[in-house]
Amino acid sequence: MIVTILDVLIAGLILGGIYALIAMGLSLQYGVARVLNIGHGEFIMLGAMSTWTMYTFLGINPLIAVVICGPIAFALGYVIHRIVFKKMLQSSASLEAFEGSSMLAAFGILFIIQNIALIIWGGELRSYSYLSISVNIGGALFGANRLVTLAFSIVIGGAFYIFLARTRIGKAIRAAAQDPATAGIMGVNINMVLALCFGLGAAMAGIAGTLISMFYPSFATMGLEYAIIAIIVVVLGGMGSIPGSFIGGFILGIIGSIVAFIEPGLSIAAYYVIFIILLLVRPSGIMGKK
Amino acid sequence: MMNETALNFKKLWIPGLLVIALAILATLTLYGTIYSIILITDILMYIILTVSWAIFSGPTRYISLAPAVFFGVGIYVSAILGQNLPFPVVILTGGLASFVIALLAGSLTLRLKGVYFTIFTFGLLELIKQVLVWAEITITGTRGRFVIVVDNHTIYYWMLGIFVVLMITAYLIRRSRYGKALEAIGDNEEAAAHIGINTTFLKVITFSIGAFFTGAAGAAIATRWTYIDPYIAFNYFYSFLPVLMAIFGGVGHIMGPVIGAAIFAYLEETLITEFPYYYMLMFGIILLIAILYMPKGLVGLAQNLWQRLPGRQNANT
Repeated sequence: MIVTILDVLIAGLILGGIYALIAMGLSLQYGVARVLNIGHGEFIMLGAMSTWTMYTFLGINPLIAVVICGPIAFALGYVIHRIVFKKMLQSSASLEAFEGSSMLAAFGILFIIQNIALIIWGGELRSYSYLSISVNIGGALFGANRLVTLAFSIVIGGAFYIFLARTRIGKAIRAAAQDPATAGIMGVNINMVLALCFGLGAAMAGIAGTLISMFYPSFATMGLEYAIIAIIVVVLGGMGSIPGSFIGGFILGIIGSIVAFIEPGLSIAAYYVIFIILLLVRPSGIMGKK
Repeated sequence: MMNETALNFKKLWIPGLLVIALAILATLTLYGTIYSIILITDILMYIILTVSWAIFSGPTRYISLAPAVFFGVGIYVSAILGQNLPFPVVILTGGLASFVIALLAGSLTLRLKGVYFTIFTFGLLELIKQVLVWAEITITGTRGRFVIVVDNHTIYYWMLGIFVVLMITAYLIRRSRYGKALEAIGDNEEAAAHIGINTTFLKVITFSIGAFFTGAAGAAIATRWTYIDPYIAFNYFYSFLPVLMAIFGGVGHIMGPVIGAAIFAYLEETLITEFPYYYMLMFGIILLIAILYMPKGLVGLAQNLWQRLPGRQNANT
């Protein structure tokens, strides 16, 4: 019995680590850059597929791939913000109008990246085996790669929090999240900060993709499900709250793990039920303001 | 001042063209090939999805990603009732079932702000799909269902009928006080509420009217697919296509969604079987370009060009 509880709990934490990572990325994109990026999952997919390609054809260690995929995803996100969303923000009548049209544009980006990936990699499931030895924790067995993933999520989450709280750029990001216009008057280069946030969000998704590919099969259409989970976590944690997304990710991971233990077919449905109830009862989330 | 001859021209020619177009469509089964009838049925279906979406989301600016939900409900009604009930009853039931679901979902969520509403509608689609997959596997033991087949001409005429009723409804809504109230909601919802418009009621009822036509179209087209499962019926693509088609055509004019849907439906029919990935890639690129550079769609673009024609500068002063 205790082993079962431990089993479900740790599995939930591992899942939660991934959710926390992808939700923090989306939280930056929505909370600061105001783009509810439904294409977020496509960066996860790109990270996962590139890691598979590098591991299978070039023998590059997935843990090194983290250092490659992160910066590339960052650059991609930065450029996309510069080309698409900057212009859109300038031509939108209000912030609400921008939120609506930027979300639609994000759907466009989703279709573009996903279909380029389908053209490159096809529709098959891709997986490889790395660090898949079992580790015994109090009688429950876990793959070493999953535990490495959990460690990575916590380290990246923590490092990112310190970055936001302690550095000058972190301060500029927080200022832009609260009031972009005033932050601009105070000398913050708003367009740069927004593009930076979008890029950082994409980088987190790319890294999460690399980690996911170590223990789940990757495929070109895997992104949307993760993007929706990220949105649910962001709503759960409070739109724009980075600590909220981090905690919310772990909460959703544990709930998912419990539901999957009771009725495996319904874990995704459980997420939606939580999500819909949350939207109706407390749209500001557990750590949100108002 | 409006030019008087232009007004007469408009009064005579637009209804005239409509009557001719309708006459061609109504008699198509006499001389059209089977292929052309199937193609035009599909185009009509996309037009119905798009115009139904635009009835609500056009003026109010609430972006709904629920069309696939209502479409799927219609498809499932057709699969479940098709064996026992006559075709017209099935279509009507499909529409009514979607109407009721939209009424419920709308009254729950149309108090939410724009983006939340959009995410909710998208979540609803996935929720229904997942629960349905689970229910089909655990209760009925299968994943899919067979739909009774109806001949192509009958489907065509029903689709045409739904289309005509929908266009009349859309026209009447735009022209009425009710349509103006919807536009007021889109411009400034708070102000609309202050001048005495019952915003929630109007939003919910319009959302449901759109859902009715989408559900009816789903019930009609399902009979041609013969086999369905939750992934086919509740495909999120049917939520995006209407949005793209409407934005591409332009939601500011009643013909915008019709033109956008007709162009895209034709492109899809010709491209998707041979180059599915390239078609979807192009879909994404056009969506981005339309949002960035054509905020008023094709119709807006055409109106702009018309305004710039020599000699037109003084016409609308």
